[in-house]
Amino acid sequence: MPDAVKTDKILLEVNNIEVIYNHVILVLKGVSLNVPKGGITALLGGNGAGKTTTLKAISNLLKSERGEVTKGSITYRGKGVQHLVPSDLVKKGVVQVMEGRHCFEHLTVEENLLTGAYTRRAGRGDIDADLEMVYTYFPRLKERRKSQAGYTSGGEQQMVAIGRALMSRPETILLDEPSMGLAPQLVEEIFNIVKDLNEKEGATFLLAEQNTNAALRFANYGYILESGRVVMDGPADELRKNPDVKEFYLGMSEEGRKSFREVRSYRRRKRWLS
Amino acid sequence: MPDQLIFGMEVFLNGLMAGVLYALVALGFVLIFKASGIFNFAQGVMALFAALTLVGIMEGEVPFSHLINAVFGTDVHNFGWTVPALLAILLTMAVMVLLAWLVNKLIFRHLVNQEPIILFMATIGLAYFLEGFGDMMWGSNIKKMDVGLPQGINDWIDAATFDIFGYGFFIDNLDIVATVVAALLVVALIIFAQYTKQGRAMRAVADDHQAALSVGISLSFIWVMVWSLAGFVALVAGIMWGTKSGVQFSLSLIALKALPVLMLGGFTSIPGAIVGGLIIGVGEKLFEFTIGPMVGGATENWFAYVLALIFLVFRPQGLFGEKIIERV
Repeated sequence: MPDAVKTDKILLEVNNIEVIYNHVILVLKGVSLNVPKGGITALLGGNGAGKTTTLKAISNLLKSERGEVTKGSITYRGKGVQHLVPSDLVKKGVVQVMEGRHCFEHLTVEENLLTGAYTRRAGRGDIDADLEMVYTYFPRLKERRKSQAGYTSGGEQQMVAIGRALMSRPETILLDEPSMGLAPQLVEEIFNIVKDLNEKEGATFLLAEQNTNAALRFANYGYILESGRVVMDGPADELRKNPDVKEFYLGMSEEGRKSFREVRSYRRRKRWLS
Repeated sequence: MPDQLIFGMEVFLNGLMAGVLYALVALGFVLIFKASGIFNFAQGVMALFAALTLVGIMEGEVPFSHLINAVFGTDVHNFGWTVPALLAILLTMAVMVLLAWLVNKLIFRHLVNQEPIILFMATIGLAYFLEGFGDMMWGSNIKKMDVGLPQGINDWIDAATFDIFGYGFFIDNLDIVATVVAALLVVALIIFAQYTKQGRAMRAVADDHQAALSVGISLSFIWVMVWSLAGFVALVAGIMWGTKSGVQFSLSLIALKALPVLMLGGFTSIPGAIVGGLIIGVGEKLFEFTIGPMVGGATENWFAYVLALIFLVFRPQGLFGEKIIERV
């Protein structure tokens, strides 16, 4: 375990978990990772590597998709959380922002945000204050607060999804693929807000992302998943300099940017062993 | 004024009143469909079950008396007391909440993420089981229900219309009560859905189960809540129909009248259920009155369905159904 992580307080610990869907499909084959308090930890990898499954295993959303954790353990603040229902986890401060935005289409933007505070016992005043807080991070949402979420743009829906999660006053946010289907400029905007939330509100992030380049610029630490296994991990800037990561995920090699055709095939086929 | 027109007006008013009752049943369908995507075929039987239970409690009948007598060789039928209507209604409501909880615990919790057709089949099964269960619990004889609602011709309307048209309209007091109750119920449900935390959560669940789970909304709680609400609506419908025509097993068939109402009003709209109910109620009565005699009558059985089919062709989401949001 690298020093950077050891010195910080570990909030979330995933220990060698295996996930099986429908009793037969083995999706995660022993994933371990640590999320330190106050950091942005990136979970990288291509399609089907198991990023989303890992997040859902943590937030316990797997069950409704007929998946289950069959081995290993997940602890939050040192306590096992595998047997909690999602609403208990939200109360403990772990909330997931799902991939593909998942807004409540027929609810207005503001109603969407308010559902985020569902598990809280706070009074109207506190909730209004938090609503304002979300609007200061996402001024666009304030303009569109009365529109049905289904009619807002993709970027706005992603903001609604993140803002909604914030309304539960989370300690840890599991953010799944926020860049999906968004223009590069918007991706930048969203990541900047994530960084801001991390620094100013002290929110801890576990960020699953295919956009390795963007994710590694904003994260402190990264894990790379490949077919259900962690194949590499390290501090974000080290990963960015790693020649294999550069070539496989950033499309660069020692000789500079290459076209896909020129990438040496034996290197593309190479697999890291965990 | 020509007689035909005056009769027509009376028919129109009576159609409105009948429509209110259709709407009450449709309302229960809408609630469950909106929150869980389940088309609850058992809604009509729930109204029957609620009415049976209410009468049973009021009369102080012993539930499952046949079963008890058969097993223990006893001969009990009645506790020998009667329960005041209001208290009996509260107790019946408690039974409906328990039913809602059991239905979710035993059936729908295990069918999460299944195809809609499977959920629909499950509700058909539930409908027939519940009908038999109600029979077993309270016996199958036709019961008279009297919770103290006014019944019979409304003299004031009779007199007033007689003064104006020289012909007194026959409007049943019970229908007027039903209309007022239905109106209050709808207003209350809309306020609940739009402005309360649980109502908002209910709509959220309707939109996206997974996302609702992810923000910490408990699906099973919302479903039990919605089935309880539907149980409450069923109870109200059961009281109105039961008072009007007695508590009997044909009561469960009103579910079939609610179906065209839903197609007309939209499966997801509370106001739609009401407007749809009124249109069907008025439409079938007026159709029977005007066209009926030419085609030999009995049009009430099929008119609603024809109207519904026309709607399906030209406006599949119904009058007030949620627009399917499609972004380009």
